[in-house]
Amino acid sequence: MRNVVPVLTVVAVLILGWYVAVVPMNAQWERDQAARAGTDLAFSELVARTMTQSRPRLPAPHQVVEELWNSTWVEERHGRRGLWNTGTLSTRSLVYHGWVTLSATMLGFVIGTGLGVMLAVGIVYNRAMDASVMPWAIASQTIPIIALAPMIIVVLNSVGITGLIPKSIIAAYLSFFPVVVGMVKGLRAPDAMQLDQMKTWSAGNLQTFLKLRLPSSMPYFFASMKIGIAAALVGTIVGELPVQQGGLGVRLLSGSYYGQTVQIWAALFGAAILAATLVGIIGAIQRATLKRMGLAQ
Amino acid sequence: MTVTDAPAIEARNLNLVFETSDGPVHALQDVDLTIRKGEFVSFIGPSGCGKTTFLRVIADLEQPSAGTITVNGMSPTDARRARAYGYVFQAAGLYPWRTIEGNVKLPLEIMGYSRAERAERARRVLELVELTGFEKKFPWQLSGGMQQRASIARALSFDADILLMDEPFGALDEIVRDRLNEELLKLWARTEKTIGFVTHSIPEAVYLSTKIVVMSPRPGRITDVIESPLPRERPLDIRDSREFIEIAHRVREGLRAGHVDD
Repeated sequence: MRNVVPVLTVVAVLILGWYVAVVPMNAQWERDQAARAGTDLAFSELVARTMTQSRPRLPAPHQVVEELWNSTWVEERHGRRGLWNTGTLSTRSLVYHGWVTLSATMLGFVIGTGLGVMLAVGIVYNRAMDASVMPWAIASQTIPIIALAPMIIVVLNSVGITGLIPKSIIAAYLSFFPVVVGMVKGLRAPDAMQLDQMKTWSAGNLQTFLKLRLPSSMPYFFASMKIGIAAALVGTIVGELPVQQGGLGVRLLSGSYYGQTVQIWAALFGAAILAATLVGIIGAIQRATLKRMGLAQ
Repeated sequence: MTVTDAPAIEARNLNLVFETSDGPVHALQDVDLTIRKGEFVSFIGPSGCGKTTFLRVIADLEQPSAGTITVNGMSPTDARRARAYGYVFQAAGLYPWRTIEGNVKLPLEIMGYSRAERAERARRVLELVELTGFEKKFPWQLSGGMQQRASIARALSFDADILLMDEPFGALDEIVRDRLNEELLKLWARTEKTIGFVTHSIPEAVYLSTKIVVMSPRPGRITDVIESPLPRERPLDIRDSREFIEIAHRVREGLRAGHVDD
């Protein structure tokens, strides 16, 4: 709880700075409007108007919060196509788009984590993989995902795979990497003495893996998964841009097509909230697991 | 059973050369040694004299370059597979995610003992090292000395005839060390195991051993083997007796003779 005051202070400073920035960012349009109408604009009036534009260059924080509220609760509760009226999520709501993104993120994260762990096991146990896999894994991450995503989608589409899977594969492409790096480090965490000890008991490879290497790697595994799930979310959003079938990425893109800056910012914050929640959930599982293992005191 | 004539460990003309980037290092040269069942043998010498290497050869953790060695009449590899020895490392090496009991049960799980037998054996060896009541504690909740006792319990849990100990008390302070030495002697008397014990400390070697092997470095070799005349029953104050001081003196002379200041 002792962190609450500093955190709130920083948040307050950021919000304040944001409000201050809103005025110069949006002022020109108001001045042009006033000049066109041939009226004079008092400064206080100018400030008030920059906070309430429908398509501001930089929306004010309360506009973003309002949009978040309207595009989630209000849309689903009262909207014509909302959950309460139709029994299904409205395609105009951030809840719907958030769910589309979340489902692809989760599938991609599971694929990426599984792939990452398998590659790490291969690297640790197989000399050929040890020498060859890591450079490729690093090379894979140097290609901008924004360039690769449309190709993955087109190629998969041509073999009849559409929908969730292509986006998940892009998410997995980004999320396997931190897991490989972390798990290789984690599986190699046992020192020479611990491995000798296993040998004195004539333990087999599988026993050494299950009883020593795997438990030793847990702190690394969770740290990697926190990075991996955030990367998976980014991958999914990028993967949604060319597909145009819902998701936070689509909200971002369509917002920019139609100059709906408030919608862009709302989608952006929706994505940030989603990422923070996912990382927070993994952090909670991490704390519970490590505490149960006696690794966190 | 006391000391019998049957050899537990027998090394003949044992040589071990490590190939390093600075050229070959002769870690063991022409080592001849017989350790009989039930003996308590200490290996003492400065760093690089091969005492730990010799213990590791016995344990099949290093392969000799030349010569022969048998453990319980078998090759070290067969002896390891037959669970002929328990090995205590310098660090306790307990798994932080396992309780003390869980750590002691670890080799038993690997060796496929039944659940009931694991519990029974863990209870018995923890009693032997006087850690009853600490079963459910995690290693970090115990002092360094208690952790090392738990690691000894773990090495004893599967009832090997031979206990190999590589400077097990090296990282502990002298008061704790004295007490653990006393307890180790009691444990040796009760379990009648053959013990190979690597140490830096002359008093520790003399106090514990029935046989002291003095080694010297470059190349690593045995310079003296002392059969201790001390009785098996040894109170701590035996260290003030004349025999004790005489043996300690002989060990010191042996170390000095083998030591080249370079």
